[in-house]
Amino acid sequence: MKTSIIPRSSLRRVSRSLPRVTPRFPVSSIGVRFASSVSQRPGSEYVSFPGALKSAFTSDLKFALPSDHPTLPTYRIVDQDGNIVDQSFNQDLSDEEVIQLYKTMMTVSIMDVIMFDAQRQGRLSFYMVSAGEEALSVGSASILDKQDVVFCQYREQGVFAQRGFTLNDFMNQLFANKLDNGCGRNMPVHYGSKELNIVSGFYQSVCETTHLIGHQHTVSSPLATQIPQAAGAAYGLKMQRINDPTLPPRVVAVYFGEGAASEGDFHAALNIAATRSCPVVFICRNNGYAISTPTLEQYRGDGIASRGIGYGIDTIRVDGNDIWAVREVTKKAREMALQDGGKPILIEAMSYRVSHHSTSDDSFAYRARVEVEDWKRRDNPLSRLRKYMEMKGFWNEAKEKEARESIRRDVLKAFSQAEREKKPPIRSMFEDIYEELTPELKAQMKELRDHLEKYPDEYDLGQYEGGKSSLDL
Amino acid sequence: SPEVKNGTTKRMNLFQAINDALATALAEDENVLIFGEDVAFGGVFRCTMKLAEDFGAERVFNTPLTEQGIMGFGIGLAAEGMRPVAEIQFADYVYPAFDQLVNEAAKYRYREGKTGRSAGGLTVRMPCGGVGHGALYHSQSPESLFTHIPGLRVIMPRSPLQAKGLLLSAIRSNDPCVFMEPKILYRAAVEQVPTSPYTLPLSKAEILKEGENVTIISYGQPLYTCQAALQKAEQDLGISVELIDLRTVYPWDRETVFASVRKTGRCMVVHESMINAGVGAEVSAAIQADAETFLRLEAPVTRVAGWSIHMPLMFEKFIIPDVARIYDGIKNYAGLS
Repeated sequence: MKTSIIPRSSLRRVSRSLPRVTPRFPVSSIGVRFASSVSQRPGSEYVSFPGALKSAFTSDLKFALPSDHPTLPTYRIVDQDGNIVDQSFNQDLSDEEVIQLYKTMMTVSIMDVIMFDAQRQGRLSFYMVSAGEEALSVGSASILDKQDVVFCQYREQGVFAQRGFTLNDFMNQLFANKLDNGCGRNMPVHYGSKELNIVSGFYQSVCETTHLIGHQHTVSSPLATQIPQAAGAAYGLKMQRINDPTLPPRVVAVYFGEGAASEGDFHAALNIAATRSCPVVFICRNNGYAISTPTLEQYRGDGIASRGIGYGIDTIRVDGNDIWAVREVTKKAREMALQDGGKPILIEAMSYRVSHHSTSDDSFAYRARVEVEDWKRRDNPLSRLRKYMEMKGFWNEAKEKEARESIRRDVLKAFSQAEREKKPPIRSMFEDIYEELTPELKAQMKELRDHLEKYPDEYDLGQYEGGKSSLDL
Repeated sequence: SPEVKNGTTKRMNLFQAINDALATALAEDENVLIFGEDVAFGGVFRCTMKLAEDFGAERVFNTPLTEQGIMGFGIGLAAEGMRPVAEIQFADYVYPAFDQLVNEAAKYRYREGKTGRSAGGLTVRMPCGGVGHGALYHSQSPESLFTHIPGLRVIMPRSPLQAKGLLLSAIRSNDPCVFMEPKILYRAAVEQVPTSPYTLPLSKAEILKEGENVTIISYGQPLYTCQAALQKAEQDLGISVELIDLRTVYPWDRETVFASVRKTGRCMVVHESMINAGVGAEVSAAIQADAETFLRLEAPVTRVAGWSIHMPLMFEKFIIPDVARIYDGIKNYAGLS
């Protein structure tokens, strides 16, 4: 005989009126009808399907072909020889300020060479240079307001340098010493700026402390993840200004390569930024290669710029080796991003990755040395600005030599200082997982401490600030 | 607090309690934003009903249909000091957002280090669990995938009262929280819920019923099944069972669990999601690894959970731990004493 150990009534109580599994579309009976309500007028020339308003009817069966569209042009102000080609251009900076920009580009470039070699000598674990992209990063960053927020991919040393990251800041991160903002947790080149100190405050007051200070979020290795984050951050800035109209208008700038633009996050970001009207400037560094993959294997459309239009985003392509063009385009983009309550803008900055992808890459395995040499000789953002400055008469060989030597000295000084510093306390490996150490983490910290006590000769604790005592609870 | 305890209450089901918590959060902090697929009209499970009308389309809005976009967008907001509450329509569809959750939200505070920034303001809500006919993609309980990620808090309430208090804690928490809502309870579970705001502590288990001979550890919907089974077992077998609701499945409340098992000497972990590498695996391993608790064990720790298979439409009732399987588990323990 079938017996039931289950009190049916108690089960019924739980399972009564199960929720219907609702399809992923709102059911039309819901009642609320939103603004995009459309209907077809009789005799209209245009289709009024809700998905494409103002699409004209046609009786011509014709596919839209990418080849029907001319390749989007590349805006430039100064040509490869330093001549001004856009006659409407006026130098908006004093000669001294231009020299400063040039020196920042030079600093990044000299630091790159030194650190690349240092990695080859085994003095740091990893490095990535940004040769060929100095104008793009320094130029765009020079337009951003101090209070704007920036997300980078990893090849934007110039952005950090331009926005106040010092040589010491770079070196402390690269050597992952105790002064590193990232507490020695990240690979080299994963910089983050400490412009602001958010007190890990509670709840409503958090953003009161963060509002007015622009900053650069710490670089993370996963490609393109920063792009939708930038859209969200921009929406946050917009909402903060709605909540407090005395705040200055701010934008978010986000950098990524043309390879990263193949990630799903790129698609998600541009679409969400457009639909939510986020004041964000997307800056794509199209340098021709993603590690070994040339753009021909990355996409078949007209670069990244052509996609912006598809998302309903105002877009421009610019010569990334021309710092003046990059500056003008970024200036205009920032202005536009703040119009109409905020909107996204896409900039595709064309350049050439002169260097290897990273210290773990030998790019001559997949491209000809002559191609690289050709780019270095023919067109290079530093030499282009140098030619411009020399033509204008405020720069010469002697100044060049002096600047080069003094920057080199500064880099080496910061290098050796950072290399000598102790590593962060071992304790910091357990911290910042959560706001507070959990009981589980405290127990593991103690376990590690006991272990180090037991096997003191197996580990080199002397290089860590405080040795094993930092693990004391 | 006494003013909540003595204050007014209202009969609410689970989705109404969630809705009430969200309305409370929106009202008390202008930095709270709610978004996801189809949340503006009230959500496919009604959890966001009227919120867009009451708090404005700038604060409660639909996103394009992109889970990775929703998560990335939420992280960016949180990193700028906002309190985003993102919704993933079904837990089954969280995987496109997995990279953003694992590599970004969970690691944000850690990699930022001294800058002090984090994605701690982020709360991600998602309906989960079996619903009788959800099959492969409307039934999943992926909590153990999240419990393997340092940096996230993973929470699952069992009832309307719990849901409101835990959700408000999650939204106020400065750690990113994954808030999983057993959708079978959205309408089924009804109880009196205080109308004023209150919070319940995260990472704190609750002893639902004290007992002497067996500890059952569970969370979410199976707690009801456990309750029915243990009532029957106590009546039939003359033993007494202690029932614990983990509430936060990671970081979980080890002390409460250990203390209970030290007392009873027998322990069973029950969950709906599959047994392999599930929450039960971690809880039972931790119990036997704790020297003091291990010495008090009188029987192996057992797990009653979903089989290691996908959720097939027609066989759900044979997968999810039911009263009979839990009853049988308790009975096996009774035979040992």
